[in-house]
Amino acid sequence: MPFIPHTEADISAMLAAIGAGRVEDLFDEIPASLRGAGLSAVPEGISEMEIGRLMQERAEADGRYSCFIGAGAYEHHIPAAVWQIATRGEFYSAYTPYQAEASQGTLQLLYEYQTMMASLTGMDVSNASLYDGASALAEGILMSIRAHRKGRRVLVPKVVHPVYRKAARAIVRNQGIDLVETGYDPASGSSPLSALESGYSEECAALVISQPNFFGVLEDVDALTDWAHDHGLLVIACVNPTSLGLLKAPGEWGSKGADIVVGEGQPLGVPLSSGGPYFGFMACRQEHVRQMPGRIIGRTLDRDGNPGFTLTLQAREQHIRRSKATSNICTNQGLLVTAATLYLALLGPEGLEHVAARSHANTLALLDRLSGVAGVERVFGRPVFHEAVLRLKSPVAEVLRAMEAQGILGGFALTDDYPELGECLLVCVTETKTAADISRYAEQLERILSKRRLDPPCAQKM
Amino acid sequence: MLIFEISRPGRHNPGQAPSATPQAGDIPPQLLRSRRPALPEVSELQTVRHYTRLSQKNFSIDTHFYPLGSCTMKYNPRACNTYAMLPQFLARHPLAPVATGQGFLACMHELQEILKEVTGMQAVSLTPMAGAQGEFAGVAMIRAYHESRGDLQRTEILVPDAAHGTNPATAVMCGYTVREIPTDGHGGIDIGQLRAAVGPQTAGLMLTNPSTLGVFEKDIQEVQQIVHAAGGLLYYDGANLNAILGKARPGDMGFDVIHMNLHKTFSTPHGGGGPGAGPVGVNARLLPFLPVPVVGRAADGSYHLETEAQRPQSIGRLSAFLGNAGILLRAYIYARLLGRDGMRRVAEFATLNANYMMVRLRQEGFSLAFPDRRATHEFIITLKPLKDATGVTAMDVAKRLLDKGFHAPTTYFPLLVPECFLIEPTETESREDLDAFISAMAEIAREARVNPDIVRSAPHTTPVRRLDDVRAARELDLRWKAAG
Repeated sequence: MPFIPHTEADISAMLAAIGAGRVEDLFDEIPASLRGAGLSAVPEGISEMEIGRLMQERAEADGRYSCFIGAGAYEHHIPAAVWQIATRGEFYSAYTPYQAEASQGTLQLLYEYQTMMASLTGMDVSNASLYDGASALAEGILMSIRAHRKGRRVLVPKVVHPVYRKAARAIVRNQGIDLVETGYDPASGSSPLSALESGYSEECAALVISQPNFFGVLEDVDALTDWAHDHGLLVIACVNPTSLGLLKAPGEWGSKGADIVVGEGQPLGVPLSSGGPYFGFMACRQEHVRQMPGRIIGRTLDRDGNPGFTLTLQAREQHIRRSKATSNICTNQGLLVTAATLYLALLGPEGLEHVAARSHANTLALLDRLSGVAGVERVFGRPVFHEAVLRLKSPVAEVLRAMEAQGILGGFALTDDYPELGECLLVCVTETKTAADISRYAEQLERILSKRRLDPPCAQKM
Repeated sequence: MLIFEISRPGRHNPGQAPSATPQAGDIPPQLLRSRRPALPEVSELQTVRHYTRLSQKNFSIDTHFYPLGSCTMKYNPRACNTYAMLPQFLARHPLAPVATGQGFLACMHELQEILKEVTGMQAVSLTPMAGAQGEFAGVAMIRAYHESRGDLQRTEILVPDAAHGTNPATAVMCGYTVREIPTDGHGGIDIGQLRAAVGPQTAGLMLTNPSTLGVFEKDIQEVQQIVHAAGGLLYYDGANLNAILGKARPGDMGFDVIHMNLHKTFSTPHGGGGPGAGPVGVNARLLPFLPVPVVGRAADGSYHLETEAQRPQSIGRLSAFLGNAGILLRAYIYARLLGRDGMRRVAEFATLNANYMMVRLRQEGFSLAFPDRRATHEFIITLKPLKDATGVTAMDVAKRLLDKGFHAPTTYFPLLVPECFLIEPTETESREDLDAFISAMAEIAREARVNPDIVRSAPHTTPVRRLDDVRAARELDLRWKAAG
């Protein structure tokens, strides 16, 4: 019996202690008509050796590709120590630190994490994690509504990640909150103040600023932040944490800084892993801390006067406040935050800056290499961070399939989310790519595009 | 000592990051950071040693019996972690074409099928990232269902007064008001009160079964009829699914929508507070509203992701991609290791362990909250008699258990039972470990009578003594700041 330690003698002795004849008798409070569930579609159990072989086969079937897709999830080097330590049983198999004295390891780590994230974002305080970037944005929007107290609308530019916008809408819509989408400037790919002005109304509570935005484009965050504050709005910054190794912290945007910062923590030591588990992060100004969702760790003293760590401000949370809680979140993404804390400690301020700078430089190198390729053009004129939009002369979907056949995932097609852009793709290069990888990408793209120009489409074999 | 206190300016790990890049290229200076973040500057060894030592300050399943009620702290098989972390699975980008993820998607589709079968539901979406998000998805689907029928008067969600706090918090996030239904004297929902509470304003009832009081809701069929007759839907909170896995199915009980906590029932790691995974299952009438993406299988056997395009009535997306994919892989591996018979044994041995502990603790003089009921996979004792006799509280006993090498059970939940412990041993604990816990409890009860101070001042052996939570909330210290 997998994972069940009982011997026949144990079972007999335990049943005798209970005064039951059979294990089945212990289920006698379940109405008989509900007992005996069918499990015919569940296969027979297999051994660890067999599941190992099956999973190896499936993993190998998925193969390995040279990945140039970003769009919210980024391939970065993860130091070996990160997951070796994070998967230690003492971290991996503990739970929410309800018994603080028996959970000082997790609690201190989370306090260190909160310190790192507060510094990275330029905010006063950080929580201990949310589920992922998209749901963190939704929680940030709900938090801004609580903190603002009057408005029920939030301005969300179309250059915020399209799935984040969808998820935020799905999560906030039942509370009568409106998300107003504002347009972007087709030349620069950034959010112009004029678009915000046209979306603005008295009912607005906050503006979401994505830096870099979904197109990789760098926004004029100072002007946007000041505009929002001048209009009585809170600023929710949605940022890539790697970029903060290089870019101005949201706490320093404009004259007053952002009010709430959210984002996807995956770039900090979390593998791509088909989309999860990742973690969402959230930080804010001190004045809003009681509106923050999720776990928060505080440092305090024990009865001998020694410092220790504990869950705090629990009066915000569902297990205390029930229907008046700031969120329903309970279990969050502790293990991923463990990995991120290790990652940030191993990289340090200089290492993180180098990762950001090298990723960005590699992207510029690819853009430079492609500038002479016929049938490819950069779409937006403004500076970017480690990701950019390219327009192709040929259908993006077909080009990406041809790249895939060469072992390259060439980027994310924008045709579904931004049909007005035409045949565009979002390409990302991080520090994991070498000059040879970048050359190969450019050569393959050039070859595929030139082949398509020379041959009529019916001659394509893909 | 904090990692920041180990830090020294100028200490680097050059092997873990690329070398300096000449220029940030085209980024305008006003968009750049003016000073570096205050991250620690430590060596790799210092990092490894610091966090290894921190880990040793934790109680965990791997190191301690951890009978935290309603959390199902069972063994997390190492195979689940090892095979979910194969390099190809880790390296796959979530937006990579489905053709490059057929192996991964096959696991996801099979997991959906297994979860459908064990719960008796018509369809499953894997995307919710924890139990509370599964609850959100479920109640949002209930709302979408009523709205799709133009039935807009249903503004209220019913929850038992003993429910997890996530239930009322979720109902409010979905735009509902909450009405609590009292519990009867035997731990069941008060049927008379339920009957009086339902009406045209009832959107649904959220119910955990077995309940948060550690007993099976015997009147579930009647509850189901009352709620459905009033036009409401029935939501199953799967927090306690471990108790009935393979023995009874929520779908057969008449639930319209459920969530499962894979980090409980399917043994994925709790990770010091997540990640979880909270897939939702629905019956036929809620099928159109499932959150996307859902993994589909074409006639040719290939797998794909169904999105808003195929499911226009979906409540939408709850995450950027496919939820906690790597956790879902672990749950799949666990399900395959157990198989059909192994799943039945989960409920059987979880229930055997709980009933054994309940009987033995009663023999040791502890009071049961519901002495006329069977335990399910968990049960409640009340330490009120001990407190009345000695002044020692449930919190004191919990802290003293730490000294004796046991993680404490869930304390002071549900709130209905004074000075309570909610005890869930799980099926993976041996009889010897249960006996050791029972002995420790008996010993603490003796200590409470002869030397109550040692209990009241516990813990004594943990890395810190009892912490001042009031001070933590009053004098907020949420981040380290450099001295001076």
